[in-house]
Amino acid sequence: MRILLVIVSLVFALPAWAHKPSDSYLSLSVQNNHIEGQWDIALRDLADAIGLDSNGNGQLTWGEVRNKHDEIRAYALSRLALSADQQACTTQLLEQLIDHHTDGTYSVLRFRSDCDAPIERLAVDYQLLFDIDAQHKGLLRLTQGGQTSTAIFSRELTTQEFSITERSRWTESMQFIHEGTWHIWLGFDHVLFLLVLLLPSVLIRVEGHWKAADDFASVCWNVVSIVTAFTMAHSLTLSLATLDIIQLPSRFVESTIAASVVLAGLGNLYPTMMTRRWMVAFGFGLIHGFGFAAVLTDLGLPHDSLLLSLVSFNIGVEIGQLAIVAAFLPLAYLIRRSWSYPRLVLTGGSLAVIAIALIWFTERAFDLQLFPI
Amino acid sequence: MNRLFTIVCMVGWFMVSHVDATYAEPYRPTDDTQVLQQLSFKASDPVARELDSLRTNLRGNPRNLESAVKLATRYIEQGRSEGDPRFLGQAQAILSPWWNEPTPPPAALLLRATIRQNAHEFDQALADLDLVLAVEPNNAQAWLTKASILQVQARYDEARRACQRLTRLTASHVLLGCLSDIAGVTGQSVKSRELLRQVLSNTILSGLERIWIATILAETAARTGAIREAEESFAEAFKVGIKDQYLLGAYGDFLLDQRRYQDVMSLLRSETRADGLLLRLALAEQALKLPMFQNHTAELAARFAAGRDRGTTVHVREEARFTLTLQHDAHRALPLAQANWNVQREPADAKILLESALAAKNPPAAQPVLDWMTSNHVEDFHLQQLAKQIQEAPF
Repeated sequence: MRILLVIVSLVFALPAWAHKPSDSYLSLSVQNNHIEGQWDIALRDLADAIGLDSNGNGQLTWGEVRNKHDEIRAYALSRLALSADQQACTTQLLEQLIDHHTDGTYSVLRFRSDCDAPIERLAVDYQLLFDIDAQHKGLLRLTQGGQTSTAIFSRELTTQEFSITERSRWTESMQFIHEGTWHIWLGFDHVLFLLVLLLPSVLIRVEGHWKAADDFASVCWNVVSIVTAFTMAHSLTLSLATLDIIQLPSRFVESTIAASVVLAGLGNLYPTMMTRRWMVAFGFGLIHGFGFAAVLTDLGLPHDSLLLSLVSFNIGVEIGQLAIVAAFLPLAYLIRRSWSYPRLVLTGGSLAVIAIALIWFTERAFDLQLFPI
Repeated sequence: MNRLFTIVCMVGWFMVSHVDATYAEPYRPTDDTQVLQQLSFKASDPVARELDSLRTNLRGNPRNLESAVKLATRYIEQGRSEGDPRFLGQAQAILSPWWNEPTPPPAALLLRATIRQNAHEFDQALADLDLVLAVEPNNAQAWLTKASILQVQARYDEARRACQRLTRLTASHVLLGCLSDIAGVTGQSVKSRELLRQVLSNTILSGLERIWIATILAETAARTGAIREAEESFAEAFKVGIKDQYLLGAYGDFLLDQRRYQDVMSLLRSETRADGLLLRLALAEQALKLPMFQNHTAELAARFAAGRDRGTTVHVREEARFTLTLQHDAHRALPLAQANWNVQREPADAKILLESALAAKNPPAAQPVLDWMTSNHVEDFHLQQLAKQIQEAPF
């Protein structure tokens, strides 16, 4: 009877598996002669390997995990060896946190590995869990000089070597230019602010009414003055903030940026309020610069080439800005005489922007999430 | 003006809600009693104790084949009943002293075949089984596993021959279950149902065997439109009281086909761990327009992405179904359904390929399934309807 039971239970149609087998997520960021790392290991795997459920009730609490931090550290660090150019690096655990992946809760180990010399070839020897789970995999993300590559460790492939290319000044500055361009494109608030200020630039105000501007030269002059003022202002504060000369709280900066968009929109609806748009651009440009600085800091600035990255990032922002102007100006100039421009584009567009910016402002100023995702 | 403002606000909300993505960050919990992870068992569970004692046994002598096979078998069974593939990796690790040998002992080969079958490495699994059967031509377990793999590959004649080798090697109900399962798909459902009914009423069966036979009967009945008999057989399988992932999925599909979405909700509400079951739950939520549908769809998308990151593709059937029925992307679903059909060919695989081909307005893509249906006289009421739609569709 015993044999029959085994027979049927092993053969009967395959079940709907719960997600995937065991994986760990290892991120290594190579910086000159040291590595900053983060390693996410599933609590279930750690429980199987070293036992975490102290009270045996089938539930892992933060208290149980915290009490085992020393064991977790010893276990994990004994399963990962990093070496640079045949010399072993010394790894030190910085902190242990918690995160959630699709298949459960993970212990997050942040560490730092110091190697003797600048790393040229990095060898990673990964031995986690293979002895107790043959289908375990280690998913590596390796970051060097802004470039990310991935690799998978399995029981069949436990050691891999990566060549760390010399960080070139050129690639690095190209990368910051790229980031700057993308930031202005993806940072909707900057794009909207600029566009709202530019919307009336193809019109002139005559006796309380909008009228199409006559020649391209005056329109251009108008646009150049606005863009230059904005650029000068945000370059100034971006530099001051990045060099740590002035620091503003990010909530204040972000809310003020949102408010600046609202005000710029209102200025289009009540034109008498703002006659010199370049001054508005300059004034609020100062605040937008602090917003750019936050992004630049998040990117992780290389200490040895701070100025180069700062300048490159700024160039990138300008390129992005010019692209917006280049796309906007000819189009607006062409349709400036149409009936719809002052009504639909200027009034309607400004209203829409005000609505968006008001929501940003509320979210940022009161730290709310109006639209949970 | 008021209406305009409302519209403007709505547009604004929409854009903001799509731009303001938030990313979770690792954190340090503040409460020691916060439960972070549910484990498979408590220390006091009989299963945990049994596994513990088997592990202790093996630790003393890791190269002892008998204890290794015992523990690996328990792991595979546990993985099956919980739907947790981690146990398969653990079983494989236990077998590692023999895994890469040129000719592992038959007992280890048999488990290697089962693990490979679960990883959808069907041809390698069959090769392992043939090695076992060359040494032990009377190994019933090997014949039964072989039959079930051949059936998944739609090699019905060979599968039938493998089943027939079970005569006199095992109890008659195992032989009947093996044969009836094939007969139910290939045009002999009346006979198949009759035999299965007899087995259920006359024979003393273990719990798992009863679930096995009753589920085959229920699915065969459902395919031929005998809704009442299907319902009764599912009920008989559930009456055993052993949780079985496959049974839950099969019954979930049956209910979805009947548009009994509320029943799907009560059956699967707490089954969010298994991808296949979460998929069926989300389908019911979609039909009932419940808000949880969004979260569950996002969750499934993340899980399929995580599966792709590790470079394995075991969930292609589920992914094709997810892409077609929850994401409504027929053009991405079709290649998935085709890739899946190249690996496994059960009615569920046929159904998703027909549905994808129909939705993608690509009838030639359905041809392999139509051929399979004709040459095997497949009896399945849903498949026949879909085939008819494809043949009549004015593309």
